[in-house]
Amino acid sequence: MKRQLPFVLVFIFGLFMMFQYFVPHEISEWIYEFLLDWIVIIGIFALALGLWSLFRVSVDKIKMRKDNWGYSYITLAGLFVMVAFGFTHRVADAWGLYFIWILLSLLCLGSLMQLRAATNSRQKKMYFASALILLILSTLVAVFDDTWRFYFYTAEGLENSMFRAFFDYILLPILSTMFALLAFFIASAAYRAFRARNVLATLLLLAALLVMIRFNPWIQGDEAWASKASNWLMNVPNLAAQRAIVIGIGLGIVATALKVILGIERGYMGKG
Amino acid sequence: MGIFDKLMKLDRRWVFLLLAVVCVWSYVVPFDIPIRTEPESEAIYSFIDSLPPGDIVFIAIDYDPNNLAELHPMTYAVVEHCWRKELKVIFTALSQNGPGMADQAIRDISDSLLVDKVYNGVEFKGREIIRGKDYCFLGYKPYYALIILGMGQDFRLPFPTDYYGTPLDSVEMMKGVINYDQVACVIDLSGGSITDAWISYGQGRFNFPLALGLTGVMTAQYYPYLGSGQIFGIMGGLLGAAQYEEMADNPGRAKEGMRVQLFAHLVIIFFIVVGNIGYFVTRYRQKKQKEVS
Repeated sequence: MKRQLPFVLVFIFGLFMMFQYFVPHEISEWIYEFLLDWIVIIGIFALALGLWSLFRVSVDKIKMRKDNWGYSYITLAGLFVMVAFGFTHRVADAWGLYFIWILLSLLCLGSLMQLRAATNSRQKKMYFASALILLILSTLVAVFDDTWRFYFYTAEGLENSMFRAFFDYILLPILSTMFALLAFFIASAAYRAFRARNVLATLLLLAALLVMIRFNPWIQGDEAWASKASNWLMNVPNLAAQRAIVIGIGLGIVATALKVILGIERGYMGKG
Repeated sequence: MGIFDKLMKLDRRWVFLLLAVVCVWSYVVPFDIPIRTEPESEAIYSFIDSLPPGDIVFIAIDYDPNNLAELHPMTYAVVEHCWRKELKVIFTALSQNGPGMADQAIRDISDSLLVDKVYNGVEFKGREIIRGKDYCFLGYKPYYALIILGMGQDFRLPFPTDYYGTPLDSVEMMKGVINYDQVACVIDLSGGSITDAWISYGQGRFNFPLALGLTGVMTAQYYPYLGSGQIFGIMGGLLGAAQYEEMADNPGRAKEGMRVQLFAHLVIIFFIVVGNIGYFVTRYRQKKQKEVS
């Protein structure tokens, strides 16, 4: 029964979703919308699981003093700070004691991490006491400064200046810089690895050069030979290969979906 | 050691240095490079330019800050064109960091629309862009394929409220707007696999006109959909954005960035050519040495 029930459910819902596409009846549409809602709800649990997993991995890293364990504090602090600022309604100068509350909460979290990592009873007592004091202090600040009011997913919460500042001035430059660094590695890798060693490598090299030249505004346009050649490359061999890949993937998806619905493929049960 | 042997063993830090110098130089020194438009991006510009005021364009900002350099200029060019033409825009952001990107773009473009400007000889009066009247930002929800499917039934299913918490029924421009049937076209600006979902689950099922704005490396992958008519236009990478700016007569970040991209590409081509010359000469010498010995 434990194994049969998931197969039956997958079979029923799989077939339903397959045939629903062709049935524009009101009831069919209602069930379809209901199922879509359910998928989102189930997915949110996966999100919570991901957060818990990140927390556990970071805590374990600190506890075991693994390589670069110090960075785990930054990961946890980043996670906590973004969530904390996403929940507040405060804007402009009306921050009150919010920063102090965040600082105390972070220190409390740090003390708890250290408590888990502590090896002797003296250290454990020390970190326990500091975590307790910091927790009491942060609770007092939260109560007296009205920090507990949650405004997440309201205009006030999402428009608070700190949440935006973290995105605009920290996350955005970090991510775009990381990606921009690729240019240097591509240049170095192209110099070292892009060699005309055999016929296929030569074809690849020529195609890459032509397509790169295509993006050069000085020699593009219908009359330029480079543009004509690269357009031919994009519209004939590239198109043919991409079509074959897309059709292959599509057929593969249909075959896998049928195997799942018919119970032949049972990988989702964790038993291959 | 000959020059070619030295070339073969060139420290990669020299490559980095030359590229950095060229990038900084081409960014700092102002000069114009000619931009020639292509039919793929012309189709998007013409489509939007032909829409009457009041029509709704759906713009999906499905990229993260990683793709900012290529895709943010597209957003700026397309959205400014829409608002100057007095079109209404529905935004979504189905990638995790997308809402921040969309929010930033909306703020910046709203500011730039406050002043009068002339594009292609036509004067556009500056005006204030009003949330709920000129645009509606739906925000982010996880599981993009389901959200795209859900919006095909009713925008209110996945997004009962907009990004700012206002119920969609209370948003002025959303009155009477149920699903994709009420939008003139969908433009997906994406740096990842969300594009596939827009083609398969969105255009495939609900049959709306779809155009794509993609990163340079993704562009080749989506040509089959252009040939089959599933999409009506593609803006490929920074060049696509620069072409749109050129057509809209609104030079911005893309045209500026094209200088850097052009010279970075030339440096890479130079290194590939030099590397291959060194490789062939070294191989020829080794072959000769073997014959002698």
